[in-house]
Amino acid sequence: MGTGTDSVNQLIEGGYKHGFVTEIDADSLPPGLNEDVIRAISAKKQEPEFMLNWRLRAYRHWIKLQEKEPTWAHVKYPRINYQDMVYYSAPKSDKEGPKSLEEVDPELLRTYEKLGIPLHEQKALAGVAVDAVFDSVSVATTFKDKLAEAGVIFCSFSEAVQNHPELVEKYLGSVVPYTDNFFATLNAAVFSDGSFCYIPEGVRCPMELSTYFRINALNTGQFERTLIIAEKGSYVSYLEGCTAPMRDENQLHAAVVELVAHEDAEIKYSTVQNWYPGDKDGKGGIYNFVTKRGLCKGDRSHISWTQVETGSAITWKYPSVILRGDDSTGEFYSVALTNNLQQADTGTKMIHLGKNTRSTIISKGISAGRAQNSYRGLVRVSPKADNARNFTQCDSLLLSDQCGAHTYPYIENKNPSGRIEHEATTTRIGEDQLFYCRQRGIDPEDAVSMIVNGFCDDVFRKLPMEFAVEAQALLEVSLEGAVG
Amino acid sequence: MLSIRNLRARVGETEILKGISLEVNPGEVHAVMGPNGSGKSTLARILSGREGYEITADKLEYMGHDLLEMTPEERAREGLFMAFQYPVEIPGISNIQFLRTAYNSVRKHRGEEPLDSVDFLAMVKSRLKEVDIDQSFLRRSVNTDFSGGEKKRNEMLQMLVLEPRLAILDETDSGLDIDALATVAGSINSLRSEDRSIVMVTHYQRLLDYVVPDHVHILADGRIVKSGKADLAQKLEKKGYGWLAEHAGEEAEA
Repeated sequence: MGTGTDSVNQLIEGGYKHGFVTEIDADSLPPGLNEDVIRAISAKKQEPEFMLNWRLRAYRHWIKLQEKEPTWAHVKYPRINYQDMVYYSAPKSDKEGPKSLEEVDPELLRTYEKLGIPLHEQKALAGVAVDAVFDSVSVATTFKDKLAEAGVIFCSFSEAVQNHPELVEKYLGSVVPYTDNFFATLNAAVFSDGSFCYIPEGVRCPMELSTYFRINALNTGQFERTLIIAEKGSYVSYLEGCTAPMRDENQLHAAVVELVAHEDAEIKYSTVQNWYPGDKDGKGGIYNFVTKRGLCKGDRSHISWTQVETGSAITWKYPSVILRGDDSTGEFYSVALTNNLQQADTGTKMIHLGKNTRSTIISKGISAGRAQNSYRGLVRVSPKADNARNFTQCDSLLLSDQCGAHTYPYIENKNPSGRIEHEATTTRIGEDQLFYCRQRGIDPEDAVSMIVNGFCDDVFRKLPMEFAVEAQALLEVSLEGAVG
Repeated sequence: MLSIRNLRARVGETEILKGISLEVNPGEVHAVMGPNGSGKSTLARILSGREGYEITADKLEYMGHDLLEMTPEERAREGLFMAFQYPVEIPGISNIQFLRTAYNSVRKHRGEEPLDSVDFLAMVKSRLKEVDIDQSFLRRSVNTDFSGGEKKRNEMLQMLVLEPRLAILDETDSGLDIDALATVAGSINSLRSEDRSIVMVTHYQRLLDYVVPDHVHILADGRIVKSGKADLAQKLEKKGYGWLAEHAGEEAEA
């Protein structure tokens, strides 16, 4: 070990383990975006008219936003040419739609196996239903029967449009309207698939629902849309995890997630994100521009976002909660790790509208290499939100002397009874800590990952057990490197 | 066990150790004393593998290995333990997890199977009494929000669990009240055995009332200016470090 910085840098220059490309013929539309493309997407999916109309309204709105691509985030990237992208691609074997796992392209299943995603038996035993999204179309859904017994609807968005159009029409865009922001509007126009989940009144979803995302086809923008509705007194825990193959060209991902929690309902949404971050020089990698928002619609409803973000070249993401119901609660727990030239601008918005609403924000940012990591969070207490409470804690850990950590808290309190607390710390991983571990016989690599895991402990505790283990492993992979 | 001949160390232009020679045999307890700035903590740090020093030595061997060829973790796995003057906080990692990771690193090095958490906990519990701390301590984050005394007791717990061959204690007695001092001394004494060696670096004589050393060395300005038996420490206590200055050079052999 030379200087402290060098050694820590060495430790964290780990390679990306999930870099391989599956060869599957994609049934793709030609690149470019216009009304015909929107109509073609809608026709391919045999959508009812309300869907097509909604997409077209979004598209026409998006045209007006052309010069309004957001620039306020602390991230830099070359201008995206939206006419060079392909807006629809489906694995070929999807033409008739797989009826069971046996019908799923074996190449695809092998891809999931390489990624360590146990799609069938192991997962079955673990009690997790998997709705795997490969490029744009869902290819396998398990456990439907068991969920159906409980009255839970868990399916691809496309299926929901076919089988539950009234629910889709009622809730689609009710939390994130198609006019919301540049990327959400684009998503509304061209989204290809995603997940849909409906928990009926009083039902506690009998298992953790899980979706794995993966970006594959070259130059394919992926536009997922997830909609989760929890009726009165229901509960659901939803897990989302992603990995992507190695790519040289940047890929745009602009997903939208909408959550609706009615009276006394609770939604826990957990994400582990590990998309290809680009190489050491910042080449390649995913642009992850995501709009996630939950609406605590009913009184005493509860929405909790937990995220572990280690991948993507650029992350632009603010899972938010609108606390409309009285006594409703919103939570945001986040670990964001950036290495090499990764950039992350992530945080949350807690919008207090109802009385006695409470929100908690715990954000842990870890920067290494030359990465930039920003927390951006808004806490707004509206005039009618009596006795609103917020607690925010933002901690940053720096692993090198060339990286950056930034905190942008926005606080708007329009009600004198509101109480908002904000704490922030920034620490540098200590050569002292590292040496202390090594003097006890611990590998420097293990020591770094242990120290980082310790730093993230508050957030990992909020993850479902199984996901917490994955998250720790992911941090280890993201931090691993050659030690002399 | 430990063999040092003409050890010199500098940071930039400043020479801190100016030719230290020291021989520590198995079973021996050595005390290294000296005023502030004499280089005694530097000596401890260099032995444990801390970077940042330019080091030269005619000989610097531990258990027959050239210490300068060993990384800090290799030294630790070979049984060289340092109790830190300022134990480091690691938030979010429990004491028990830290200790087990360390313990199993040593076992792995010896080609032994790792101890599972149940067996390990049982083993650690048996050691807790010796350092007078209760079990809830194990769930707390490593040294985080510990009092000074708790940090030092924790160092002793780690030492007892890891069972080193050579323990180097860097001012372990500093900042302790008399009860804690007795506990810490008890831990050191319980480690004493024919095949183990202990080097205590200390400013004060009071620890040596509890742990009687076989040899005492007095360091001043980067050199060992005097070596002797336990009574040397007492003489020093009475006469102060000023007394040494007058005799410096007279008995500079190790």
